[in-house]
Amino acid sequence: MSMFEKARETAQGVMQTVMKKAVEVAPDSWMPGGVPDPLIAAKHGHIGRPVSRIDGPLKAKGAARFAAEFRLDGMVYAALSYSTIAKGRIADINIAAAQAAPGVVLVMTHCNAPRLNPPPKFLSQNKAAGGDDLPVMQDERIHWNGQPVALVLAETQEEADHAISLIEVAYAAEPAATSLSEAIGKGTETGSFMGEPLHNEIGNADKAFADAAFTVDSVYRSPRHNHNAMEPHAATIVWEGDRLIIHDATQAVAHTAWSMAQIFDLDETDVHVTSPYVGGGFGGKTLWQHQILAAAAARLSGRPVRIALSREGVYRIIGGRSETEQRVALGSDRYGKLTALIHSGITPKSPNSALPEPFIVPTRSAYAVDNMTLDVQVCTLDMMANTFMRAPGEAVGTFALESAMDELAEKLGIDPIELRARNEPDKDPVGGVPFSSRNIVEAYRSGAERFGWDMRNAAPGSRREGEWLIGMGCATATYPYYRMPGAAARITLSDNGRATVDFAAHEMGMGTSTVQTQVTADRLGLPLDKVTVRYGDSTLPGVILAGGSQQTAAIGMAVMSAYNGLVGELLKLAGNDSPLAGLKPDEVVGINGGLAHRNKPERFENYASILTRANRHELVADGTPPMPFELQHWSMHSYGAMFCEIRVNAITGEPRVSRFLGSFDCGKILNPKTAASQFRGGIIMGIGLALTEETQFDERNGRIVNPSLADYHIPVHLDVPEIEIMWTDIPDPHTPMGAHGVGEIGITGTGAAIANAVYNATGKRVRDLPITLDKLFR
Amino acid sequence: MIPFSYARANDAAAALQFFANGAAKYLGGGTNLVDLMRETIERPARLIDVTSLSDSIEETADGGIVIGGAARNTAIAEHRLIRTRFPLLSRAIVAGASPQIRNMATTAGNVLQRTRCAYFYDNDAARCNKREPGQGCDAIEGFNRYHAILGASSACIATHPSDMCVALAALDAVVYLQGTEGKRTVPLSDFHRLPGDRPDIETVMRPGELITAVELPPKPMAVNSTYRKVRDRASYAFALVSVAAAIKIEAGVVGDVRIALGGVAHKPWRAMKAEAALRGQPATDVSFRAAAELELADAKAQAHNAFKVELAKRTIAAVLTDLSGDAA
Amino acid sequence: MTMTVNGNTVSIPNDPRVSLLDFLREHLHLSGTKKGCNQGACGACTVLVDGQRVLSCLTLAVQCSERDITTIEGLSSDGVLHPLQQAFIEHDGFQCGYCTPGQICSAIGMLEEMRRGVPSQLTGDLCAEVVAFDRDEVRERMSGNLCRCGAHNGIVDAIEDVFREAAE
Repeated sequence: MSMFEKARETAQGVMQTVMKKAVEVAPDSWMPGGVPDPLIAAKHGHIGRPVSRIDGPLKAKGAARFAAEFRLDGMVYAALSYSTIAKGRIADINIAAAQAAPGVVLVMTHCNAPRLNPPPKFLSQNKAAGGDDLPVMQDERIHWNGQPVALVLAETQEEADHAISLIEVAYAAEPAATSLSEAIGKGTETGSFMGEPLHNEIGNADKAFADAAFTVDSVYRSPRHNHNAMEPHAATIVWEGDRLIIHDATQAVAHTAWSMAQIFDLDETDVHVTSPYVGGGFGGKTLWQHQILAAAAARLSGRPVRIALSREGVYRIIGGRSETEQRVALGSDRYGKLTALIHSGITPKSPNSALPEPFIVPTRSAYAVDNMTLDVQVCTLDMMANTFMRAPGEAVGTFALESAMDELAEKLGIDPIELRARNEPDKDPVGGVPFSSRNIVEAYRSGAERFGWDMRNAAPGSRREGEWLIGMGCATATYPYYRMPGAAARITLSDNGRATVDFAAHEMGMGTSTVQTQVTADRLGLPLDKVTVRYGDSTLPGVILAGGSQQTAAIGMAVMSAYNGLVGELLKLAGNDSPLAGLKPDEVVGINGGLAHRNKPERFENYASILTRANRHELVADGTPPMPFELQHWSMHSYGAMFCEIRVNAITGEPRVSRFLGSFDCGKILNPKTAASQFRGGIIMGIGLALTEETQFDERNGRIVNPSLADYHIPVHLDVPEIEIMWTDIPDPHTPMGAHGVGEIGITGTGAAIANAVYNATGKRVRDLPITLDKLFR
Repeated sequence: MIPFSYARANDAAAALQFFANGAAKYLGGGTNLVDLMRETIERPARLIDVTSLSDSIEETADGGIVIGGAARNTAIAEHRLIRTRFPLLSRAIVAGASPQIRNMATTAGNVLQRTRCAYFYDNDAARCNKREPGQGCDAIEGFNRYHAILGASSACIATHPSDMCVALAALDAVVYLQGTEGKRTVPLSDFHRLPGDRPDIETVMRPGELITAVELPPKPMAVNSTYRKVRDRASYAFALVSVAAAIKIEAGVVGDVRIALGGVAHKPWRAMKAEAALRGQPATDVSFRAAAELELADAKAQAHNAFKVELAKRTIAAVLTDLSGDAA
Repeated sequence: MTMTVNGNTVSIPNDPRVSLLDFLREHLHLSGTKKGCNQGACGACTVLVDGQRVLSCLTLAVQCSERDITTIEGLSSDGVLHPLQQAFIEHDGFQCGYCTPGQICSAIGMLEEMRRGVPSQLTGDLCAEVVAFDRDEVRERMSGNLCRCGAHNGIVDAIEDVFREAAE
């Protein structure tokens, strides 16, 4: 870590401390959400209804336009060549044959690439979007195996691909750190995440563990993972003078626009990023080298450029989840009351990546225990920068923690659900603050009943049908509630009674556009077809990351702020001739296409009337939500109780999930249809995490060996059973709409629920993922 | 892909004529060749499309079947005669790839598909004796969970990826070849080579030769046959181990038996030792396991695939047990 | 040389390297057919060629002379969605929508295969004339179409909703 980075992280820590101090002296009513969002109590609106996706027809027709489907006049196609060594330098690069190949417009290498500033690394600044901050094709240095070393532009993709295959590179390789054990041997340091060290200590966990009546102490391993969104990363890019226009596949339009401006020394307003549809993101669709290289090549060539990464290219230059080696040691008394919890381990990162895999984060708030040590040690490898992937930390951290809880339950002879209930905390064990809304015990109770948990025989290997051993397992899912600063929204109300709401957010399949249409319609009191949501464009208001499962909260609060401003303006415009005369903003609600007194619905005027009387065609209100102080005041999380039934073939060891149920406690569910899909999607990625997924990293040379969907096994249809989803639907009074995030939690807990079911089926405890058949049939 | 020219041949003679005009590759369904061309592992200057050649599936006078080289995988799998007389072939085909790929892939192309070894595919960075003889093999010290345990060499531990060919090997299928020097036939079991020191030479085909058909000789015992594929995903994944088998049991004794293995060798592996050991033995789990042990006695595991040895034994025994249950 | 795409006759490109997928997307601007891997491992590029589902990424356009191609754009007419497209919306058979055109085209090809009695890995009796339509059969027969968002349950729901009767 450079001194500059250290200083920045220290500064961030200071900011957090300042915020904490402010919170301590602030009364509850200061807290955003201190007065619950009125929409929580609303009964007859669109919220809570299973509205089908607004963009459904476009997607079902194949008419939704993705980044690689924008067509520009004079456009040329890009192809990339990737390094084959992990560290060293380019000794010689021969581009003559490529330049002479048919259709070639440009060959770009470090020799002729324009001078660029390094990308601002994600989290280093408010709008930084880069997966790392390495220089992009600026010199002959090689930092990882797979780094782009040349780019070709040609008139057709076929010509570009052919030309790129003609480039010959000679490397001067240098010793690289590509072996995990060697990297660990060279020393580790404590990781840090979101400005805080990944280390927590309460009491004396070592002593309590040594004194405990019952203990488990195991090491769990998870391999590297890749997001594998079905849409490979792509961008269509054009310069209009000094204005840069990028049709991107991104979950961070505003971040990308600002970051590209830094890289190309432009004014932020001269970069326009659109991303109307994103073919899956999961943390991977941020700013990587391909957009930067394509923009540089577009500038050099004077032609619009389409860059669409090959699937192999995605593996080479887009980061994934890093591997982990985690120790979980639990101590308890004979009744299962935890007395010690140690969760520690090691994860490698690249020298320049934005995070170490923060696997202890879910453990911080999991259980009531007086002695706890949590620690993430980090070593560095010369590899593609690892990055955020669906529930970074929680996805693999809950595998270790919740497997260990299952091991302890067995040792104690206590039902695993009961063991968790006995350790349910009444406040956050690390932060000491109360939970904003936590009903995990209820989620377990209702889930267990529905799943038929009482049919489980605790004795492993006791149920068999033909060749198949059948087992059940459960585990807790958890993911933090975030609401990142920077969101904004704009409502434009027209005198025809229609509203348009704008925010620079993203639709990668989460249902953003649909849910926000529902929410906005309810807030304004409009039917769905009178509300238009615009998003996916950096010229729209706000800096809203589609990450941390926080878009719904961030947008929801921003729209609420804009709505408050809008109501104030409307009441002013309504004036003394209106039935609304004299009312204050908090006395009215949006209903039936206008505003009405909260308790006297006859005092009503519709929007069209107010605007028409005021001679206004439209009214625009911008909203910026308050800082997320609620996160300092309460421990805020989504929860779930995951139940798995698995069948393991007694002859071959093949594990197949036969039934799954997720019982969630994620506040109020805004759209049961799209939320259920989000939950299921996470669970299915969790099935992959548990059983089949692994990015193979060749420690001899730091190269990814299986960069394809044939060799990296994501679940296919036949791997996916019926997945039942249920929820408490208990709103959190401290969040917009009473909602919590639902996008990432599904992948958490799933790995452990499956591993625990495998144990119940076979008596084999597998602690290293993925749980492939060879680990089961021995 | 490097630039190439394309021609369509309407019959075998035309295809051979095109080939005689300069080195070329025959193109069937393209499910493997087009992929390898895109990776520039295959670099033909000319492609001769042979999908218009015979795709017929016809009964022979003695009760066998001749399958045209251009017959699509799906057409074979769904064919009435195949399903009733050679069910293991139907089952092997539908265990392979995906329905879309089976609709495209031809018989000849399936027989000629190349290994899925990841190091073979990494044309840019990995050493591979199959791509470049003498270069070395990065799989031997690398990730080799999917690799061979039988018949491998110090030059190559790749496996043959076909499911269909495993069934063909068990069925004593015969490959019909046609070249400029005439026609000949080769038993499927002799068609693919073990790697030895030339893993780049995968079959006994001569330059320019064309697979025009595959014959299934009559085999009444194949009525009692099946195919079992063991893999990581439930579907759409290559075999870790697969077993094609047919068995005839008379009065509790193995009268005749055919066994072939997939996912374990550079070629579809006909389990001749196991077959020989079983003939005349009681059709019991003990005999089946003993035969499997014998077949795998020479197995040599790599760092990540030792499990395949036991997995193959268990799968052989399980398949034979299943089939003998049906016969009883 | 020509082929027919969604009822329109089009000329086949000169460069034989052009895949059917790139021909549709880049030459005909029919970008509903998606490129997920370009190597036959994901099914996103599935189209119907003479009614059979195939992978357009591994099909050379030049091989499609005189063939009849149907893409996702050819399934709806005059703005009226195919019943399966409507069912995908109703049952939330997608999230990001990228694999969706391939899933839908694949399902239509699957229906024809089931009607014909093409066996699958799950078929019990190979001599049976009729394929029993059940959810696991659909899962097996759709396994060549990957989905990363995890819409699998909704996809099977949609297919079952529209095709259960038609298949039997």
